[in-house]
Amino acid sequence: MSMKTRNVPSNAGAKAVSLNGLDAAKMATTAPTIASVKNGKDGVPFNKHYHLQKSVPDWIVDIVIWLLLAIIVVIVIYPLWFILVASFSDQRLVSAGRVSVWPLGFTTAGYQRVFQDQRIWTGYWNTIVYSVLGTALNLVVTLPAAFALSRREVGKVRRVILFLFTFTMYFSGGLIPSYLLYKQLGLLNNMWVFILPGAVSVWNLIIARSFFETSIPEDMFDAAKLDGLSYGGYFMKIVIPLSSAIIAVIGLYYFVGHWNDYFTGLIYIRESGLEPLQNVLQSILLANQTNQLGTGAGGQSMLQQQQIADQIKYGVIIVSTLPLLIIYPFLQKYFDKGVMIGAVKG
Amino acid sequence: MVRRKKAAAAVVDSNGVIDNIAARRALPVWKRLGLHFGSYWELYLMLLPALCFIVLFAYVPMWGIQLAFREFVPSKGLSGGRWVGFQYFRQFFESPMFASTVWNTFKISIGTLVLGFIAPIFLALLINQIASVKFKGFIQTITYMPHFISTVVIVAMLNIFLTPGTGLLGRFFGKDNLMDNPNAIAPIYWLSEVWQHCGWNCIIYLAALSSVDVSLYEAAKIDGAGRLQLIRYVDLPTIMPTCVILLILNMGSVLNVGFEKVWLMQNAMNLPGSEVISTYTFKIGIQSFQFSYGTAIGLFNTFINFVFVVLANWISKRVSDTSIF
Repeated sequence: MSMKTRNVPSNAGAKAVSLNGLDAAKMATTAPTIASVKNGKDGVPFNKHYHLQKSVPDWIVDIVIWLLLAIIVVIVIYPLWFILVASFSDQRLVSAGRVSVWPLGFTTAGYQRVFQDQRIWTGYWNTIVYSVLGTALNLVVTLPAAFALSRREVGKVRRVILFLFTFTMYFSGGLIPSYLLYKQLGLLNNMWVFILPGAVSVWNLIIARSFFETSIPEDMFDAAKLDGLSYGGYFMKIVIPLSSAIIAVIGLYYFVGHWNDYFTGLIYIRESGLEPLQNVLQSILLANQTNQLGTGAGGQSMLQQQQIADQIKYGVIIVSTLPLLIIYPFLQKYFDKGVMIGAVKG
Repeated sequence: MVRRKKAAAAVVDSNGVIDNIAARRALPVWKRLGLHFGSYWELYLMLLPALCFIVLFAYVPMWGIQLAFREFVPSKGLSGGRWVGFQYFRQFFESPMFASTVWNTFKISIGTLVLGFIAPIFLALLINQIASVKFKGFIQTITYMPHFISTVVIVAMLNIFLTPGTGLLGRFFGKDNLMDNPNAIAPIYWLSEVWQHCGWNCIIYLAALSSVDVSLYEAAKIDGAGRLQLIRYVDLPTIMPTCVILLILNMGSVLNVGFEKVWLMQNAMNLPGSEVISTYTFKIGIQSFQFSYGTAIGLFNTFINFVFVVLANWISKRVSDTSIF
């Protein structure tokens, strides 16, 4: 394939095709091999027999790059794959080190025990409630504020308020004063502690503001104003429909933040019925409290109990992580945009 | 309306054109404010909820910082009791935990900073070399993935893999569990951070690399540059400004270690190497109810971080003309 032999990095790909095509066209006028000239995708003549020369060192570099990337991909994916495989395998084989790429001694015993456990269901349900409500509030509060801060009309006030927001990114009261405040507000042992205090993430606010500033043409506002729209109408009817990319990105950031939040549950929640998934996970995975899952049943040796506990751990990891890993590829196309905006204007 | 016209009429310039701006300036302050809010009240209304949340949950705790300088009296809450000055700070500086917590915090964060800075650049340069769009997307999808895994699960995976004898990695390290080794905790932290966030953090460099002018590659190749030279003389200079800014900004978090991960990695054995300022604050303040002392330790940490941010910002302004405030 000529793509490979052209040693231009990929982002240059599209243009390189046409440049190559031009070379080919030049060749065609001087050389008699007119028959081999074809039109490329973009209609530019393209000679597939004509390549840029690739030297030996370039080949070596190429091979090294592919090798390195392959190693990196394996390093990243293998631990995850191993957990998945181990969760379906016979634990005796796993701890003997014989399970590597495919499940051995296929079993779903771990998952059965996981799904029987009431704590996990409660945690799961709590986390879903906190994440959905929390993300909804996050978006409802963040987006209008970001829009208001993106309007230049309010001039000096805007700068002051922006400073008020960004300052909190670098300076905070710290853990203890926050704890005492939440206590006074009655947020201890209260589900709203997961939702209210984190209602605005300044970082996401700034990302959204930069998006509104740079990606929505000012002419749009002038046109809307001429047609009689107020700021509210303009925001609801024009800005929001045009901002699906940024809503997806910061929505995902917020959602992942809520889903993976362990800190809040650790500090502010004492009642096990309110614990989110991550805190339940902590007690199962790290504090080794798997007994309630039936490992304590009589007649088993220590080793067997340990193996059942391991089986449960693998299952729990998969069950708790799966929802995010399923959502994220669908939103991936928006990431580059969102992260880049944040970076440019951060 | 009539009065506004009157005010306007006062500022007709020599050509007979009405100067609206001057007309507005001529109005009294309360009227100008009224006009301002009359036109922009919707914007302020949109801003209001976010502002309320920030004031309540960020600025009220800041007001509570005075607790670090006061004795804590439960009935008085955030504003505290008798003023004691720097007593709690002295207590912290003189305590045997001071040196070890600061050193552990510094060790864990500086390694994360350095590795977390180099690895994404390296990965971005590599990924940028792939010609096939599909394959590039595939590698990006794979390398972003760990970013979404929760800290609890990451630490659980570390425990599983490092189990001596049977774990995926643990079997290579003999009989002792690395997680129990105070000297191994920092490297484990660094490497797992890189594993988790490297792919995600390289997005920004990839974005910068996609802005390289293609003609630069062409010109370089005509001048006889090979593949490596293209990376060295075209790609690297392109992302250099981004690198510098990110490095300087990251410097601001030199004494800032995420609480969750260290807390979850801690056990009785590795505590000498894993007690950092934030976990110590938690133990002192929340677990043993020494609220004032805890606030003081927390404030010390926040203050050091803040100094670093301001310093980094100042350097950044000097070096690359970019600043955060």
